[in-house]
Amino acid sequence: MVSKSRSENVQIPIGPQHPALKEPESFLITLQGERITKSGVRLGYNHRGIEKACEQRTYIQAMYLIERVCGICSHSHSTAFVQAVEEVAGLQIPRRASYIRTLIGELERVHSHLLWLGVAGHEIGFDTLLMYTWRDREVVMDLLALLTGNRVNYGINTFGGVRRDVDAAQMEQVLKGVDILEERTKYYITVATDEVTLINRLSNVGKLAHDDAVRLGAVGPTARAAGVARDIRKDDPYAAYADLDFNVVTATQADVYGRTLVRVGELLESCKMIRQIIKNMPDGPVTVKAPRKVQAGEAFSRYEAPRGEDVHYVRGNGSDKPERVKVRAPTMANVQAVAHMLQDGYLADVPIVIAAIDPCFSCTDRLIGVARESGGRGIMTWEQARQAGIEWHRARGIDFTRLNETFRCGEPR
Amino acid sequence: MQETQAVQAELMKTFPGLGEVRVPRARRIFWNVPYAEFARVFEAVTGPMKFTILCTMTGLDLGDNLGVIYHLARTSGVTLSLGTQVPKDAPVLQTISHVFPAADLYERELIDLLGIQVQGLGEGPRYPLPDGWPAGQYPLRKDWKVESLEGCKLGQMGVADGK
Repeated sequence: MVSKSRSENVQIPIGPQHPALKEPESFLITLQGERITKSGVRLGYNHRGIEKACEQRTYIQAMYLIERVCGICSHSHSTAFVQAVEEVAGLQIPRRASYIRTLIGELERVHSHLLWLGVAGHEIGFDTLLMYTWRDREVVMDLLALLTGNRVNYGINTFGGVRRDVDAAQMEQVLKGVDILEERTKYYITVATDEVTLINRLSNVGKLAHDDAVRLGAVGPTARAAGVARDIRKDDPYAAYADLDFNVVTATQADVYGRTLVRVGELLESCKMIRQIIKNMPDGPVTVKAPRKVQAGEAFSRYEAPRGEDVHYVRGNGSDKPERVKVRAPTMANVQAVAHMLQDGYLADVPIVIAAIDPCFSCTDRLIGVARESGGRGIMTWEQARQAGIEWHRARGIDFTRLNETFRCGEPR
Repeated sequence: MQETQAVQAELMKTFPGLGEVRVPRARRIFWNVPYAEFARVFEAVTGPMKFTILCTMTGLDLGDNLGVIYHLARTSGVTLSLGTQVPKDAPVLQTISHVFPAADLYERELIDLLGIQVQGLGEGPRYPLPDGWPAGQYPLRKDWKVESLEGCKLGQMGVADGK
């Protein structure tokens, strides 16, 4: 795209499918030379109608669905949701259960922040950092698998507590893993504070000043990097956070470099919290019996996810299905500040500025329109979609018919 | 709990007769006000009463009315879920995006998913449904089912389309 004169504006669409983006979202960038004069964002490409789907399912089915709002911070959504339902139902969970939830929550934060650090390295051409952080991230992924059975979508929560207890040997393993993670985090802090190329590449990029962060409603590390000391774990404590001693990490740089410093700082705080949780793990049961039907009522639940404040609202009507479930993921709050961050910046900075809010658009967007082979559009029912999936795989030699018959599962509903 | 109860007392004193201010637990306040009084209440709570954070907005289908809850918070952690209702046959709200720019997307969600009109909202792309979504189809309304789309034409992206 070549402009005819220096003063001419050029518009470049980035997305919804673009090599620089990890998920579908669409940015329309207006450029004068290399400078961005205007930008707009379009979302909704990942909208899956999860809120509506929750209304048509029982609470326990909705819980598993909500955990799948996001693959990275699945525990954040699941915990925010079960907290709300427990509040409507009037359930008080055992202390040990709230400690286990907090433990998984902090391990999730470690894996998420290490993942981000790698992505950020990759976006600025520092792939060594990606390789290092993602190698080290395997330590925490293994710990999550050890405690929950899964690397992602842990399925640890249930109404009234958690589904699995932790034993002494597992806690010992977690402590050993945390020692490694802490040592590596200290190394990354050295990299972030000493490595000149990293500092120069990230400084003064994607500026979001304190007052703008507050005005635009930014959350999490994006806001804290602008000196906004807000953290739901401190401000509106849930689970076991009221018992823990930790600092809210902030920075004053108000740019991508500040966001990096906040996240590596938070890794250390998470390690500190994990040790406290294990040291003070209360004895006792991990669950209380939860009713299938939840009384009429409403609750508003907040959770500090790795990307910032995650809020859920649940309204019960006395039946076994929720009347309304509302999810506001942190990226939804942060994405509106991105246009401000891009303003007057350079085109080449777009990928790292977008990546610096650690966006998660599956979270942000929550009907199925299917293109027919004839070119028209139509709607598939759930059963048709399921059957089409089975037949697609069968045509490629993957057939579970006999297996399903043997175990009598997977029957069409 | 002290701060939460102080806010509850202040709301009841400042706006007598506007319904019960419910405090189910520390840092949680729920209050429903008639829409005719909403602007006055909203100005007070987001101004002098320092509910300066908008967490999100929840839209509800309540039968004859459509409900909206503005989930507001103080930096101290106290939250106020301020609910109001508008009639389903003429669901019109005034925007709050001049106070909270972040409300832009939340209000567009109410437009798309519940069919609430929001007056004063600036121009911008719709969210979250695609441009070609048929008119009059509001997925979060209780009577809406996927089957409601049968017989509807879905237009191409970028082209507004009706039935």
